[in-house]
Amino acid sequence: MSAVAIQAGDTPAARKSGGMTSWEKWGLILVIPYLLIFVVFVIYPVGYGLWLARHPESYTKLFADPIFFRTLVNTLIFVVVAVNVKMVVALFLSGFFLHTRWWIKALSLVFILPWAVPSIPTILSMRFMLNPEWGVINSAIFKLTGMDGPNWLNDPTLALSFSMLAHIWKSLPFWTLILLAGRMAIPGEQYEAASVDGASNWQKFCFITWPSMRSLFLTSTILSMIWTLGDFNSVYLLTGGGPADLTHVLATLGIRYLRLDQVDLSLASIVVALPLILPLVYFMMKRLSK
Amino acid sequence: MSAGLRKSRITWKMVSTEAKLLLIGIPVFLWTIIPIYHMVLFSISPRNAATSGRLWPKEPTLSNFSFVFQQKHFYLDHFWAQLGNSLVIALSVGALTLAVSTAAAFAISRLKVRGGRTVMNMALFTYFIPAAFLAVPMYKTMGNYGLLNSQWSLILAMVTIASPYCIWVLKQASDKLPWELDEAARMDGATAMQLFRLVYLPLMVPSLVAVGTYALLLAWNEYLYAFLLLSKDSSVTLAVALGNFLAADDSPWELLMTTGLIYALPPAAIYYAFKRYMVSGLTAGAVKS
Repeated sequence: MSAVAIQAGDTPAARKSGGMTSWEKWGLILVIPYLLIFVVFVIYPVGYGLWLARHPESYTKLFADPIFFRTLVNTLIFVVVAVNVKMVVALFLSGFFLHTRWWIKALSLVFILPWAVPSIPTILSMRFMLNPEWGVINSAIFKLTGMDGPNWLNDPTLALSFSMLAHIWKSLPFWTLILLAGRMAIPGEQYEAASVDGASNWQKFCFITWPSMRSLFLTSTILSMIWTLGDFNSVYLLTGGGPADLTHVLATLGIRYLRLDQVDLSLASIVVALPLILPLVYFMMKRLSK
Repeated sequence: MSAGLRKSRITWKMVSTEAKLLLIGIPVFLWTIIPIYHMVLFSISPRNAATSGRLWPKEPTLSNFSFVFQQKHFYLDHFWAQLGNSLVIALSVGALTLAVSTAAAFAISRLKVRGGRTVMNMALFTYFIPAAFLAVPMYKTMGNYGLLNSQWSLILAMVTIASPYCIWVLKQASDKLPWELDEAARMDGATAMQLFRLVYLPLMVPSLVAVGTYALLLAWNEYLYAFLLLSKDSSVTLAVALGNFLAADDSPWELLMTTGLIYALPPAAIYYAFKRYMVSGLTAGAVKS
């Protein structure tokens, strides 16, 4: 493909004054709208944000806030636990959806729903299910045992766990689909040959599926980590960062400070998140430009 | 005799395989459907009847929908305006993103504009930085530009967020078109814009549908930027209006769930209608292994 690309510049075309062909001119004109957007809505905000976050006092104030430390821990738990659980389940389910049955095909259409519908109404629906007084879960517990169920979202550990579940619920279909595509690209003859040799399903997975999926799985996991770091909705709409601001993650903390009119802390918390995000972004850029 | 035994053994194995598949399939189905069914159940139940624990209401009703459509609640005063806002903003973002990213992808991929690779890398970098981390700087910036509370701020912000990925998907698709087409066009003395209109656009239709839909859905579904950048009740999108229900403890759940269902239906319908394009165009583009 790159050999083809090199020919492009050499194609004879009518030269115009200024050493630019009309094609080159058009190239410039067509790329300008995006460049403008990039400068006005990416470069300027990022530069302005960094400039506003330049004071060392913002960082001392931020590090002195106990909520900040708690948020860092929450973010790490969220990224490590939620992403790994999600990706392993997605890998498993991609094998399940590989089976050809009419009802599995039908199920795959339903299964994609969490990804296809917006997250606000579904997360709010989960929030209502978890309501301690009227939610269906505690109503069921009361009916079955005659006792009041726990106040689910009032316990920081439970609340954060449910945020992770909401996140997994929303993004599991997408990753299952991606890994399913990866599995479908593996030639079927390899499995047939393994069956002839009497390989078990586990052996087939270890020696055929995993080696061809490893690279895709790694890329997907890194990308999923980046997206999970930026998941605002699953935490904000389910717990609102509560109880007592104990379930914030870095994606919601900046907004919390902004709402408290502490813009300097808000931007400082974003700058602090950069060392977490940039290595992952660098990895993805490397992968994609290969 | 032995043949009969063998036959029954195979059937037994098949049954156990089916059982194992069902053992996975049923939990997957329940896990997926419960939050959505819960929403549907609320929307067709009379007030205070949804929590009765029944799987289907004794007297299913559409009265919640008529409540929403007639805006008969404090939280729903601007329902139609907000639905309209969501629609106008999503369509504008879809159209603008499509225009900007198609032009950029064509310039980078086919016209080989100088610095095109750098532009592509900058765009990709923007794509990978989570939008939630750009929200506060974007909010401050829109304030500086005097665009806060104008729907333009949300439209432009969403175009900024959506276009990098669209440019990338379009460039990938465009790189696959045979180069002979461009050469033939040049030989015949076509201008760049003629090549763009007559050759490039018709061949790119499937990818254009995919990225246009992507941008449209991204804007329709957006919550964070919408609630930061817009504040007037009559100018916010439906997503923000849904979030506002949480302000009070005694929110009318059945109306919130009904509004949520109405809000969730168009993107789901679009998704299933364009599934063919979305799956091939987007999942293939999302992760290049």
